[in-house]
This record gives sequence, C-alpha cells and structure tokens, in this order.
Amino acid sequence: MKILIVDDFSTMRRIIKNLLRDLGFTNTAEADDGNTALPMLHSGNFDFLVTDWNMPGMSGIDLLRQVRADDRLKHLPVLMVTAEAKREQIIEAAQAGVNGYVVKPFTAQVLKEKIEKIFERVNS
Amino acid sequence: MDEKKSSLGDFESTLKKHAVQLVDSLEKGKFGDAVQLIHELNQTRDRGLYQEVGKLTRELHSAIVSFQIDPHMPQAEEVSQITDATERLSYVVRLTENAANRTMDLVEQSTPLMSEIADEASSLSADWQRFMRREVAADEFRELARRVDTFLTRSEQSSRQVSAHLNDILLAQDYQDLTGQVIKRVTTLVTEVESNLLKLVLMASQVDRFAGIEHNHEALREEKDSEKHPTRGEGPQIHADKRDDVVSGQDDVDDLLSSLGF
Repeated sequence: MKILIVDDFSTMRRIIKNLLRDLGFTNTAEADDGNTALPMLHSGNFDFLVTDWNMPGMSGIDLLRQVRADDRLKHLPVLMVTAEAKREQIIEAAQAGVNGYVVKPFTAQVLKEKIEKIFERVNS
Repeated sequence: MDEKKSSLGDFESTLKKHAVQLVDSLEKGKFGDAVQLIHELNQTRDRGLYQEVGKLTRELHSAIVSFQIDPHMPQAEEVSQITDATERLSYVVRLTENAANRTMDLVEQSTPLMSEIADEASSLSADWQRFMRREVAADEFRELARRVDTFLTRSEQSSRQVSAHLNDILLAQDYQDLTGQVIKRVTTLVTEVESNLLKLVLMASQVDRFAGIEHNHEALREEKDSEKHPTRGEGPQIHADKRDDVVSGQDDVDDLLSSLGF
C-alpha cells in the first residue's frame, strides 16, 4: 500500500505520516501542492491519496478534479484532510468525487475510521 | 468634526436660500440675478469641497506618517510598523514550526524505545510463566536470568531517556508564551490601523457629499463576494458555531456527506 500525502505545511505532512505509520502504512511519499503531486501520481503507482485543500500552486480540489479526469488515476481513492469547513465546499468535494472528508483539527481515531471506511468500500 | 459640520451646514443653508431666490429671479425674469446666484452657489460648493479635500489630505498625510510608510520620510530606512508586523508574524510561523518539529522529533525518538521495552517484556513474560510452571530447565533458566538482567538495565536506561524526551517536549511548548506576546502586539497595531482608516473613510464621505458623489454599494459588495469563491478556500473557521454555512466538526461533515448519499 503506497500513499501520497499532499499538504503545504511540512509539520502537517509529518503528523499524517506518523499517524499512517501507526496504522501500519509505512510506504508513504510527500508533496507540497497539486503541481508537485500530479507527476508523482503519474509515475509512482500510488494506491491512496491524502490531500489538503488550500495550497499555493494547485489546490487540493483541483488536484482531485485532475485525478478524476485522468483515465489512469480516476479510480484512486482520495481522502481530503483540510481546515475548509464550509458546507458548499464539502458538497463541492463530494461532487468532484472525493472518497472521504476530514476537517482539521482531527484526531488519530477519526483519520483511522475514514481510511478504514474507504478501503472497506473500495474492496467490496 | 464641529468645523466640518458647520462648513457642510453653511453649504446646505446657502443652497436652500439660493434655490428659493433662484426660482424667484427666474419667475420675475431677472436672468442676470439668476446667473449671479448660480455663480455664488458654485463658489460656496467649491470652497467647501476644497476645505474637505484639504482636511482629507492632511489626515491622510498624518496617517501615512503614523504608519511610517512614506518613502520620503527620514525614518523610511527604519522598518515601518507594517513591515515590522509582517516580520513578527513570520517569526510566529517559524517558532511554531520549530516547536512542532522538535516535539515530533522527540516523539519519534521515544516511540521505538517504548515498543522495544513492550516487545521484550511480553517475550520475557511468556518465558517467565513457563518458569513459574516449572517448565524451564536449569540451562535455559541461566539464559532467562541473563535476559531479565539485560532487560532491567535496558528498561532503566530507556525510561530515563523517554523521561528526558518528555521533559524536552514540555519545554518545546515555550513558544506559546512568545508567540502570544507577538500576536497581541500585532493585534493592537491592526486595531489602530483600522480606526485610522475608518477616520479617513469618514472624511472622504464629507468630500463625497460636497461633490455629490454616490457609490454603488451593492456593486462593491458583489465584487467583494466574487472574491470569496469556494475553490479558493477560507482556511480554518474561527466562529464556526455562529455561522450556518459552516460545519462545526467532523460529526457535521459526516452527517452532511451521509445526507448526500455517502
């Protein structure tokens, strides 16, 4: 299981990386916005994408749209972990095809639940 | 303010008085008088306008001086308060980032120590149970005793190390005090700047009245709203509980998504 973590703050990437390691996912890579994430997704055989929304360069919602529009990437499960909390934004993300949405600040338990739920659905 | 009110009051009473006289002159066919009245009206309006623009300019200038952002001022070489505030906030970002990284470093160094102790303890415990059930031969017992001895020494060392790390994690939180002080100072500056800007807006509105300018507030508001497109993101919500269009936590997000069929 190879996971890409996209967030413009290195501390947040590190927190997510540590939580994922705790859940048994040790194979992770990091990118600081959509523009750096996309080429990595194209060449890296990732199984899962965790992305922030608000980032300089390409935002998380645009990254999600690009992923869904790409024939090779469109089935990649995407979890959004973001401080963006407007209802219309959550609806927008859902319509763009997000698989899970976690608002910051979040707990390890919430992250675990959402990831497990996504895999349950992907595997069924 | 009183001075301003009276100059505006003068203008308005002259306007009223002259308007009546103007109608009167026109009705009586005294066109010369009418033109003279219009000329006087113009002069009063211009005088008021010049006065208000003058006040606005002076106020603007003193605002610029108090923000120290005038490049022609001798202090320009020193940092302006706004630049200073920006630097202070960058310092906050730097300090919080360092503290977060320091804390995570220490946690990452402590975790393997703790899991080593846990692993070795559970393995020893299994063998110890066998010993209690008298299932351990003399040779094996010597080996078990040696492992217990090593484990006790290692546990002591690791515990000391983890305690030291916990203490360092505690110390790494000192950023809260420093950043709190910096942010309070910046907040004071922002409040000051806001009240100065408000004063300028009030003065500008006096000029607007003399010049008869009306702003299309609706258009301005629409322009501002269009800048708030959801794709751009708003960052963390400070008053989530006071807004209807914002979720107040993960439970709200889950409810919303399940209502959408997720």
